[in-house]
Formats: sequence, structure tokens, C-alpha cells
Amino acid sequence: MTTDPKVDYRTDPTRYRHWRLGFAGPIATLAMDVAEDGGVRDGYKLKLNSYDLGVDIELADAVQRIRFEHPEVRSVVVTSARDRVFCSGANIFMLGLSSHAWKVNFCKFTNETRNGLEDSSRHSGLKFLAAINGACAGGGYELALACDEIYLVDDRSSTVSLPEVPLLGVLPGTGGLTRLTDKRHVRHDLADVFCTVSEGVRGQRAKDWRLVDAIVKPGEFAAAVRERALALAQQSDRPADAHGVALTPIERRDDDAGYHYEFVDVAIDHAGRKAEFLLRAPAAAQPGDIAGIEAAGARWWPLQFARQLDDAILTLRTNEPDLGTWLFRSAGDPAAVLAVDAVLDRHAQHWLVRETVGLLRRTLARLDVTSRTLFALVERGSCFAGTLLEVALAADRTYMQRLPDDAAAEPTLAVTSLNFGTYPMVNGQSRLARRFYDEASPLAAVERTIGTSIAATDAVALGLVTVAPDDLDWDDEIRIALESRASMSPDALTGLEANLRFGGRETMATRIFGRLSAWQNWIFIRPNASGDDGALKVYGKGGKAKFDWLRV
Amino acid sequence: MEAINYSEKIPNNVNLAGDRTLQRALEPWQPNNLKWWSEMGPDSAQAFDVYLRTAVSVDPSGWAHFDHVKMPDYRWGVFLTPAAEERRIHFGEHLGEPAWQDVPGEHRANLRRIIVTQGDTEPASVEQQRHLGLTCPSQYDLRNLFQVNVEEGRHLWAMVYLLHRYFGRDGREEAEALLERRSGDADHPRILGAFNEKTPDWLAFFMFTYFTDRDGKYQLCALAESSFDPLARTTRFMLTEEAHHMFVGESGVSRIIARTCEVMNELKTDDPARLRAAGVIDLPTIQRYLNFHFSVTIDLFGADQSSNAATFYAAGLKGRFEEGKRNDDHRLHDATYKVLEVRDGQLGERDVPMLNALNEVLRDDYIRDSIGGVSRWNKVIEKAGIPFRLTVPHKAFNRRIGTLANMRVTPDGRVVDDAEWQAHEREWLPSAEDRAFVASLMGRVTARGKFANWIAPPAVGVNKQPVDFEYVRFN
Repeated sequence: MTTDPKVDYRTDPTRYRHWRLGFAGPIATLAMDVAEDGGVRDGYKLKLNSYDLGVDIELADAVQRIRFEHPEVRSVVVTSARDRVFCSGANIFMLGLSSHAWKVNFCKFTNETRNGLEDSSRHSGLKFLAAINGACAGGGYELALACDEIYLVDDRSSTVSLPEVPLLGVLPGTGGLTRLTDKRHVRHDLADVFCTVSEGVRGQRAKDWRLVDAIVKPGEFAAAVRERALALAQQSDRPADAHGVALTPIERRDDDAGYHYEFVDVAIDHAGRKAEFLLRAPAAAQPGDIAGIEAAGARWWPLQFARQLDDAILTLRTNEPDLGTWLFRSAGDPAAVLAVDAVLDRHAQHWLVRETVGLLRRTLARLDVTSRTLFALVERGSCFAGTLLEVALAADRTYMQRLPDDAAAEPTLAVTSLNFGTYPMVNGQSRLARRFYDEASPLAAVERTIGTSIAATDAVALGLVTVAPDDLDWDDEIRIALESRASMSPDALTGLEANLRFGGRETMATRIFGRLSAWQNWIFIRPNASGDDGALKVYGKGGKAKFDWLRV
Repeated sequence: MEAINYSEKIPNNVNLAGDRTLQRALEPWQPNNLKWWSEMGPDSAQAFDVYLRTAVSVDPSGWAHFDHVKMPDYRWGVFLTPAAEERRIHFGEHLGEPAWQDVPGEHRANLRRIIVTQGDTEPASVEQQRHLGLTCPSQYDLRNLFQVNVEEGRHLWAMVYLLHRYFGRDGREEAEALLERRSGDADHPRILGAFNEKTPDWLAFFMFTYFTDRDGKYQLCALAESSFDPLARTTRFMLTEEAHHMFVGESGVSRIIARTCEVMNELKTDDPARLRAAGVIDLPTIQRYLNFHFSVTIDLFGADQSSNAATFYAAGLKGRFEEGKRNDDHRLHDATYKVLEVRDGQLGERDVPMLNALNEVLRDDYIRDSIGGVSRWNKVIEKAGIPFRLTVPHKAFNRRIGTLANMRVTPDGRVVDDAEWQAHEREWLPSAEDRAFVASLMGRVTARGKFANWIAPPAVGVNKQPVDFEYVRFN
């Protein structure tokens, strides 16, 4: 399926085919209404509100628009526009037809979208209420699990279920298992029963088992949902009287050389199996106060840059799976980036600044869980400062150029207060804290450099870069590093990088991206799931899965 | 709790008296069932003595025992057609293996779902019809209505028996839920849409028993093939009763037609207005009712391409109509079937895997069968020398489920636009005025041997009794 036309993550509500987005005061309603013939790829029908990548792209876009375009919204009701079906989960025929890489990438994006709901609840005061008004299975329930609360209609028929194991021979892998235990604290033996009965659980038992927060009769459901959504809205500090910022279309030029945005350029090199990112600092003066930021809107550099980087990451992950190494360079005046950071810091409590920081946080977090080698190159003219330094800190290795004969032109790094917790990884740590395993002394040494420029020798001493070759060695060092990297098994590298990036502490999100996804991805490639007689392949065609009964 | 004399209270051939598991399940369920019957069964009729047929055993002499009984005292029995010696599975992936006497754990969820869905329709139709007794056209018809009602109640019993006997705690909960859902209830509706519609008048009742009970027949026939032997045997016995329901429908419509034709000939007119003024139902209105009930009923067979249908067949849970009489491999891996679709504004056919199209296969079998009764109705019209003929609408007409859902297709199979549909809908489907007119005819006739003006008497009575027999004692 990956040979089909490229997937474009850019959309807007006028183009939605699968969701209806409505607004009433502080409540937004996201109603799922999937167009059966609207699959992002051919070969399957999206029956019963089942979803594929295209459906989830719209969901992610809709949530983004609620964040930025509708600051008055404080709670979001996630429900279905269909009669007696909420959502039946990821489309099984799509999964059966998909390559392994497509499945994994699809799951990663849907995971990020669901984490994004929780991220907005935690950081931005946007509360989510799942209003399950009909049958809710698999990924449908996983979407509900990502909401703050779950209301289930009690019509003696509607159930919540995770039928992946009994029906499909795979896991509820989009966070399902992890959220059952870590978030909702469903007892493990009850969870075992729940995950092995394909028909699911309804009514009072669903509530008793903590699978839902409330059950409500159909006649009272709409009112109860509204009442609860209003109560959740009370907990929010989103402003009632602010004006939203229109998320204008992301401008991107695609050609054989790559993908080109104003502040992000991606040069693609299929022969070298690498993509070269160039991140640009703002060239024009950026606003220093709220009025200026609001006037700039989507043209404000941090917002525009974040949207462009986000789109580039998603575009490359989906459409350029052979580009195994991403190189990051930056260009521009570090002072311009530092000035932006100062504004972000000063106005951190303002809703628009908070949302912009949130988007940067989630975008940077995508890098951490991207199954590509990430190298940062700090070269002449670069501007890895503050927020942009996070990209270098996210990298598996950072190379910094020394220019012994031209000290004035030597590139520098700079840290700001934003590097110490504003952009946590999904494990809750800043990238600096991750880097130094929360050890106080190296962190304090780095913190003391705030307000200064860090040249290569100091950067090595502080532990901020991997190695700092001089200009005579530079080209060869980089060439050899890249060629060596490109010769290794992409699977082993993905595993290596994912393990090394997340040392130490675990959170629900790391367990989803790590433990749950790893098990799921192992199961996906096993013949019991995806062989010709595997459960995923035969589902719905009347065949019976033939399992290899050996426990591994 | 008062001990229940099982063999007396509940005629059965499943050794109820000796089965403690079953007794434990039935003891709390039976009072709830009677409570449901008193709340949702026939309105204001519980004290009547009704000349009912009761099945007291599965022998030819025992399954049709006639007597006057009060409906709450009707003995809802549990009967399975006797087991065949060493019955073997005759379709699907388990072909040739011994039929299952217990539910295989692997298929528990799907079998439970099939039984619950079937079981849910039985009390639903009782609920839909509960007010019809207040407008009966005769004692004979009232008795037939009640016979249908108590047998639907027994069919509920039959499905509950399977849930109680084979599905443990889950089964007991599902059996409770069957009594908690209510037709048309906003909070706890019945599972299938058609069973939440009203049955507002006797023409609708006869159409329902002709068309919709025939859907029941086809579903039961498909389940009578099941590898799960208790389900197969239960549904096979239910089919003996379902035949009577379809007879009530077919003869009821036929008698309405006969009466209309009689008046048409007396008045020498086919003008609906004059016929309505004379108190009979004009043939075009009957056609519109037919169109409605036919199209709503064929939706009950489900989507034309269905993964559940494939799973149910391959797993051996649900066969085809008369599976045993078909000459193919009974696995259907490489077989295809033609389904309808709308392409470029035209109806066309497309080959799809047969396994996924088994709902459509059953629907087509049903359609062939239901056309038969319609031609018998036409014989009545023909015999009266009237040139009008009733027809069954196109399969794509007025559909709500599957590929054809919400397509605008005329009764003769033309795809039209919204404007044309709206301009002609009143000619194709019963209008509010049609329904109001039919409702206006619905008086209550209870005198022995008397019939409402809009329906002819039957040729013979029930169980060789005269037509003016006292079928219902109103006490």
C-alpha cells in the first residue's frame, strides 16, 4: 500500500469526510461519521465508523483547530453521529491489506493523537468527555480511554469491548491495554476477562469494572453528557473572551529534491537513504507582546515553525520510509531564537503562547519516538539555541564543528530556561534531564551557561554534544558516520535507538510506545496474525485462523 | 419460593425436572416472564378464555392440543425436535465432524449473539401487536392473533432455554435483558429496527405475519442447519409454529382482497374514493402496504456483504436455507454471488465472494418464496374478474441497510433523483392518509360468526370448528 499516492496530513474542516465539528459556548462536539468510501487507500470500506489513517488525520486536525481557533472551548465531547454505533475501531480489512510498516506508522500516529488529547488535558485545560452512544469496540474504546471521562449509554445493548485478542489475534495496541491498567486501574483479572470476551461489557458491570465513569439511559444521555461537559469546562482556565488564531494552510513546495517550507527545508537523498533538515531561525523581527503575537497569528515564527516541522515529520514518516537517517542542521541568528524564547517564557500563562508551546512540545516529542536515526550537525551559521536546541538534544548523536582558525565564525549552542522542563519528552523528563539522568551537577553546570554562547570545546566538556571534529576532519567524520550508520540493520537500529532514547523512568506514554507497541509489533509480524492463515488475514472472509500453538 | 412442578407447568422434552442448572435459571426468570406478559402481552385480554393450540409434546399427536385457556395459563413449553442419531456437521470448516452437543468455547460469543438477536424478535412482536385485540375484525381473527402471540412467547422461552442451559451466567443475564428491552422504547429498544416499529392496524398485522414472520422462517431454517445441535433442534420445532403465523398473514390479506373485490364488483368501480366510502380497502393501498412491509423485511437479512455472515457460515453456526439439499461443496471458498449496486446512476450486478454474500443468498431465497403468496392473492383478484395485479417491489426499493441503503429506487427498479422520489413516494408507500383511512376501519367485532365489513370470513374455522365457533370467551 505504500506505493500509492503520498499521504498529505494537511486538511481543514471544509474538507472533512469523517467528522463533524460543532461548537456551543465552552463545549465543542466532535462527532464521528465516517464515510464508508472515504478510505485513504483503496481496497476496503470504512463500515460502522471504523477508521484508517485518513480518519485519524482529520481527528488530529480537528483537535488542533479547537486548541488554536477556539480558545473559548473548555471541554470537548467525543461522540458519534451514527445511530447505535459509536466507533468499531481501526478498520480490520485495512490492517489486513497493509504492510507491516504501514500498520506501525498508522498506530504511532493514532497513539500520538490520543496522547495529544491527554497532553491538552494536562497542560492546556482542555477536557475530553467520551460520550459512547452506541457499540464501541477496539480502537473506538481506546479513543474513549484517552478522554478524561467516559459516559456510556445504557440501552441494554451497547457495550464497550476490546475484542482484538479473541477476534483478530493482536492486541488493543493503541494504548488500550496500558490505559486499562495505568489510567483507569481496572483490576488485572477483570481486564483479562474484558480483553478476551469479544462481545465486551455493558451497563452496570462496565461501571463496576471502571471501564466507564457513568452509564445513562438513552433518553437522558444528551442532557447528562452536556451537564458533565459543562462541569468539566468549569475546571478549565481557557479564556472565554479571546479571539482564536486561524490555522491557515501550511505552505509547502514538493519537488524531486524534497519538501520545502519557509522555516523548514527537507532535502531527500534516496541513494544515501537520508533526509537533511534545515531549520531556520526567524529572519524578521518577532512580536514581543501579546497584541503583536495575536496579530501575527499563524505567521508567528514559533507557531509557524512548529506546524511546518510537525508536517515534515509526519510526511517523511509516512511517505519516505527508506530514508533511515534524518540529519538536522539549523541556520540563522541564535539571538533571534533566544528573543523568541524570552517572549515564550514571559507570556507562558497566555492561552495562545501556552498552546504554541504545547504544539512545540508535542512536535518535539514526535522526534523522540520516530523510528529513524536522528543526527544533529552544528555547523558554521547554525542557531541551535533554546527551543531549537531541543532538536539537537533529541538527536541520537550531535556533531559540533570546531573552527580553530576562525574563532569568530565558530558555531555555538545556547540554553534557555525553556530547556529545563518546558518541552518534556513523553517520559516526563526534559531532554537535558534525560541526557544527564537527572544528575544535579552536570545539569547545574549547563544551567549556569544561560545567557552565554557555548562553543564546541565547552559543549563537549558540558556533555551537550557527542563529538566536536575540527573543520579539517569534519567532512570525513560526518561521511563515515553516515555511511556506517546506513550499512546497519534498520530494525536493529530502531530497537537500539528506542531503547537508548528512553533510559530510566517510565510513564504510561512510554509504556504505550515501548512495551505495548513492541509486543504489538512483534505480534503483527508473526504468522499467527499476518501469515496467509493468520487471524488478521482471514478475519471477515469466513476462514479460520491457523495458529502455531507453541508459546514463544 | 414455591416449588414448581416442571413437567406440569412447563411441558418439555429436555428433562427439566431432572436438571438443576436449568431449574435454578428458570425459577427467577419465569415470574419475570409472566410479569412481562402481563405488562406487555395482549392489552385487556388476560382474563379471556381463548381457543388455543398448545404444544404438549413433540409427537404428531401432541404438538397441536386445542382447548380454551386463559393466556397467562398457557403452558409455554420447551421442545426440541428429537435428536438425530450421530448427526454430523454438514457445512463450513467443521464439515464431517460430529455436531456439537455443547457450545464450543471458541464460538460462544457468536452463538450467544445469534440466539439473543433471534430471541429478541419474539417478545418484540408481541409488544408491537399488543393493542390489536382492541380492534379485532372477528373472534376468529382475535383468536389467531392471540395464538400468534402466545407462540411468539413460547419462542422466547425456547431461546431462553438455550441461554440458560448452555451459556452460564452470561446466558442468564442475556435472558433477563430480553425481558428488559421493549419495542419502540427510547431507553431500551429492541435490537433490530423493524421490531421497534408499530403494528398499528390489522392490514399491517397480516402483512407483518406474511412478510416479517417469513423472515423469521428463513432465519430459523438457517439456524436449523447449525452445528450446535440444541439450536438446530430447537429452531426446527419452532418452524412448525411459524407456518401458522404465515398462514394467518396470507389468509388475512387474501380475505381483505376478496372482500374488496366483492365490493368492486357490486359497485362496478375501481375508484379508491368510492371503495373507501363503501368501507373497504382499495387495492392500490394494499399494494402500498405490501411495498412497505416487503422492503422493511428484506432489510432484516442484513448487509449484502457481511463479514459476520462469512464467519457464521464458515464456523458452522448458521447454514443456508435447505443446506442439506444443495449440491455444492458446502464450504464455498471459491464461489461467488451476484449482488446489486448502483454504478453511474444505474443498478448493476457485481460478483463478490459467496461467503460474504450469504445474507444476500438467504434474502433471495426469501424473495422467491414470498412471491408465491402474492401470486395466490392475485388469483383471488383474477377470479373476481378484475384486471389489477399486486406485485412485489424491486429488491432495491426503499432499502435502509447495505449497499442499496438510501438509494432512490422505484418499485420497478429505476434509479431516480430525490425530486422524482418525493413526487411519487405517496404512490409507492403508505401515506399518513392511507394509514388514517385503514385505522378508521378498525372497529371491534366480537359477536360470534360476525366479521368486519372490510374482510371476508374464512372458508373454514380453526381445528375443523365452524366459523361461528366461540373462539374467545370474554367472561
